[in-house]
Amino acid sequence: MKIAVLSGKGGTGKTLISVNMAAVLQKSVYIDCDVEEPNGHLFFKPVDVRSEKVSVKIPVADDNLCNGCRKCVDFCKYNALVYVNDRLMVFEDICHSCGGCVLLCPERALSERDKVIGEVRGGVSENVTIISGVLNTGEVSGTPIIKELISRISREERPVIIDCPPGSACIVMESIKDADYCILVAEPTLFGVHNLDMVCELVRLFDKPYGVIVNKCMDGENPAEEYCVKNGIRILGKIPYDEELGRLNSNGLIAAWVESKRYRELFKSLYQKVAGEVQA
Amino acid sequence: MRQLLILSGKGGTGKTTIASAFIKLLNAKVYADCDVDAPNLHLVMNQSTVPKRTDFYGLPKAEINRDLCLQCGLCEQYCRFDAIQIDEEGCYEVQYYECEGCGVCEAICPVEAVSLQPAIAGDLMLYVDDTVFSTAQLRIGAGNSGLLVTEVKNKMKSVDIDAELAIIDGSPGIGCPVIASLSGVDMVLIVAEPSISGLSDMERIIKTAEGFQLKIAVCTNKYDSNIEITEKIEAWCREMGLPYAGRIPFDSQAVKAVNNGLSVVDVDCPAGRAVKDVFRRTIKILDA
Repeated sequence: MKIAVLSGKGGTGKTLISVNMAAVLQKSVYIDCDVEEPNGHLFFKPVDVRSEKVSVKIPVADDNLCNGCRKCVDFCKYNALVYVNDRLMVFEDICHSCGGCVLLCPERALSERDKVIGEVRGGVSENVTIISGVLNTGEVSGTPIIKELISRISREERPVIIDCPPGSACIVMESIKDADYCILVAEPTLFGVHNLDMVCELVRLFDKPYGVIVNKCMDGENPAEEYCVKNGIRILGKIPYDEELGRLNSNGLIAAWVESKRYRELFKSLYQKVAGEVQA
Repeated sequence: MRQLLILSGKGGTGKTTIASAFIKLLNAKVYADCDVDAPNLHLVMNQSTVPKRTDFYGLPKAEINRDLCLQCGLCEQYCRFDAIQIDEEGCYEVQYYECEGCGVCEAICPVEAVSLQPAIAGDLMLYVDDTVFSTAQLRIGAGNSGLLVTEVKNKMKSVDIDAELAIIDGSPGIGCPVIASLSGVDMVLIVAEPSISGLSDMERIIKTAEGFQLKIAVCTNKYDSNIEITEKIEAWCREMGLPYAGRIPFDSQAVKAVNNGLSVVDVDCPAGRAVKDVFRRTIKILDA
């Protein structure tokens, strides 16, 4: 079973919920798809870490073969190629690695080289296997790293928790592709509701079963809860604003693993609710 | 016109809360929301005018004409994005959300059955009265967020208005929308959060911003939620020689203000007073 944890807004508690849910299971896999700002490993502090570089293909021109016909320049939809001063220049950062220029070059002057954009790190912490994607700073797109992460869990038998990037754009779509269920984490604020609405649209678009966890609930008004009730969206649970939980989390500790049984029970019951939804 | 950009790396640290307060305090004539994936600034800016809406076209999407298709499969073979698949009827079909509009399928098709069609990837909104406010919303599942951010900034600069400083609210992360938002700004204020995650994310966003010619300053929001890490952030800034713009406490009144569509400086509360101090220091750093 693969469960994706996502939210339109950042900082709602995706990593808190993903990490703790993975931690309460007997055996599980935690995947960190927030490759721009991966944080799950800071909590799990995995051992036996193995890294593998992730690279993309970038065209290279052989100046001796290039005759300056500019077919590749005209073809490239991303404007990643220019021909100036009798030389073909490649803007690596905007290249999408489609391979079109290499394919079309009549002189076979273009070939491809690997450019490393980040890495995938696998490790273990107690009962959890941790796989994180890390985009190198200055790189534009983490999509190839997320694709690599998702391909690694295609035949996984253990329950998988997928910690997603914030938002509702292409990288989130890529992260939830294989998920059997989506947990949407919302914050009881005006901003939280607006972004929840967007991420609901995303999971509906991809026909994913989903439910909402409202985090940091305070006394009084709860616009996120009101939104769910009004729109008939299943609320899986509410986590109260809790200074102790906040303190543990800000120090990089896994609340479900510390002595107090309270948090263990909280995340266990949330997981069981989700598991029940998936089997239903 | 100079530009001040608010970023954070980590989401939910308070970028929009601080940006909206800065706009009020500066009485800014020009401002923009570059968090095109999850724009929220308009929720607290209470615009009285109707925005001018424009479609944002991202990269085109491929389409296969079934009447012409020979089922040769070349398009599927050469597509690097796995965007061409066989549907239930055994016909080749483009997966809209996978397609990155590169045009390889169109170029390789022997019978011109594939064509590229324009596709709307977002909506741009420009509010103009005595102020200019540029914002946008990326469509669900769309790519091209960097291009849309560039468009938001272009629209912001397109109106001829006398303004000394523009305030720009940014997006979380370090990828394409952030990089696009950094281009051409004079200064970036990083809103850090005192947690192990916040510290790591702050270091990554600063590393990203350092590649640009601009001033970088840091402030810490909800500083009292973890004083030890707040002190770590401050020590790290000193070590890196980065100017520090101050601390803002956690304040439930700030949350209430935002829920009522107000800015944190509209109500008299500890967080509001701290934001005023951060604003003054930020302007000082910018002018230095």
